[in-house]
Amino acid sequence: MTKTSRSFRLLDMFYIVMMIVPLAIGMAIQVLTKPATEGITLTGARIFFTIPMPLMDFPVTESQINSLLVTVTIFFFCLYMVHGIHERVHLKRQHFAELIVEKVDGLVHENMGEYFMGYSPFIIAMLALSALSSLSSLIGLYPPTSDINVVGGWAILVFILITYYKLKCGPLYYLKSFTEPVALLAPINFLSEFATPISMSFRHYGNILSGTVISTLLAVALSGLSNLVLGWLPGFLGEISWLRVGIPAVLSIYFDVFSGCLQAFIFAMLTMMNVSGAFPKEDYEERKRKKLLKKDAKKQIA
Amino acid sequence: MELAIGLILGACALGAGLAMIAGIGPGIGEGNAVAKACEAIGRQPESKGSVTTTMLMGCAIAETTGLYALVIAIILIFVAPNILVDILVNTMSQLPK
Repeated sequence: MTKTSRSFRLLDMFYIVMMIVPLAIGMAIQVLTKPATEGITLTGARIFFTIPMPLMDFPVTESQINSLLVTVTIFFFCLYMVHGIHERVHLKRQHFAELIVEKVDGLVHENMGEYFMGYSPFIIAMLALSALSSLSSLIGLYPPTSDINVVGGWAILVFILITYYKLKCGPLYYLKSFTEPVALLAPINFLSEFATPISMSFRHYGNILSGTVISTLLAVALSGLSNLVLGWLPGFLGEISWLRVGIPAVLSIYFDVFSGCLQAFIFAMLTMMNVSGAFPKEDYEERKRKKLLKKDAKKQIA
Repeated sequence: MELAIGLILGACALGAGLAMIAGIGPGIGEGNAVAKACEAIGRQPESKGSVTTTMLMGCAIAETTGLYALVIAIILIFVAPNILVDILVNTMSQLPK
């Protein structure tokens, strides 16, 4: 292991600080703008301000700000991981970065095949954004994934990708695919096309939001119980809800950590399966071969 | 007026509770899936990784119907009462006295 230079370490420090700063900004915004309310409330994403637009006002909400902050954190984390990357490994973090890349490449190769290998950066970006957005509720931020607008945007992106790969064999082939296996089923096939993004977004958002709702209900119940059981303590000791210390953390391990990571993984898996399943590989290759043959025939004539 | 608003709130809460009966289905389905996955791992312990991944995917897809019910219940509790009460107030103010 070689000694690193001073400027190298300074840049490292800068990256680490820039990883923490966005989350700190999010917490500061949360502390400064959250209205002081009595007790525990369950609200959606708060709207900070609206930008007037020709068709409709554009509201800037907490979930947009938080997901941008999470994106900045991931960006600087990636820069930190690849900083000082070299053919001859001399930093420990390079092993970790290579491990991540190898795992994701293997996952994409296993689920999507050789043709889609260019998708692994997209998949890991989606995984990291989704997982970190859900995990941001651990430090008290509003998790962007519990807002249907954020997850719905991702699902629409996946829907566009699916339609793009279905259109690869030409629009006529795409229209004909609706009449499989019988022409009578065309309306149902048409509906099931839209069911994919809806079910993907509802699945992710419902899981995270249900965790938030259950955690809040538990917090309310525990504070009531604590008032009932330990309310006889003298002075300010009686006002603190002692039962809320530690007990909600047990549920938080499942609902925030496990469920958040699992939903991120499932969203990425479904993206891979839907996109690779939408691509008619054999027909596309045959079409390509026929086109090449036609071109060659034209050349020979000319 | 108060009676009508009370009816709206009560019906929304009842509807949300009834919608969540749909939670039974995914519960049974996921239980079956996990039981079969345990059997498969018991028979072939070396295929634990791929069986677990497939099981989690299947569970996530089986969960979808329950989550549709959850979304409907959440809409009924947090969104619907405001809209319905607004509609009621508007129609009451437009009625000839």
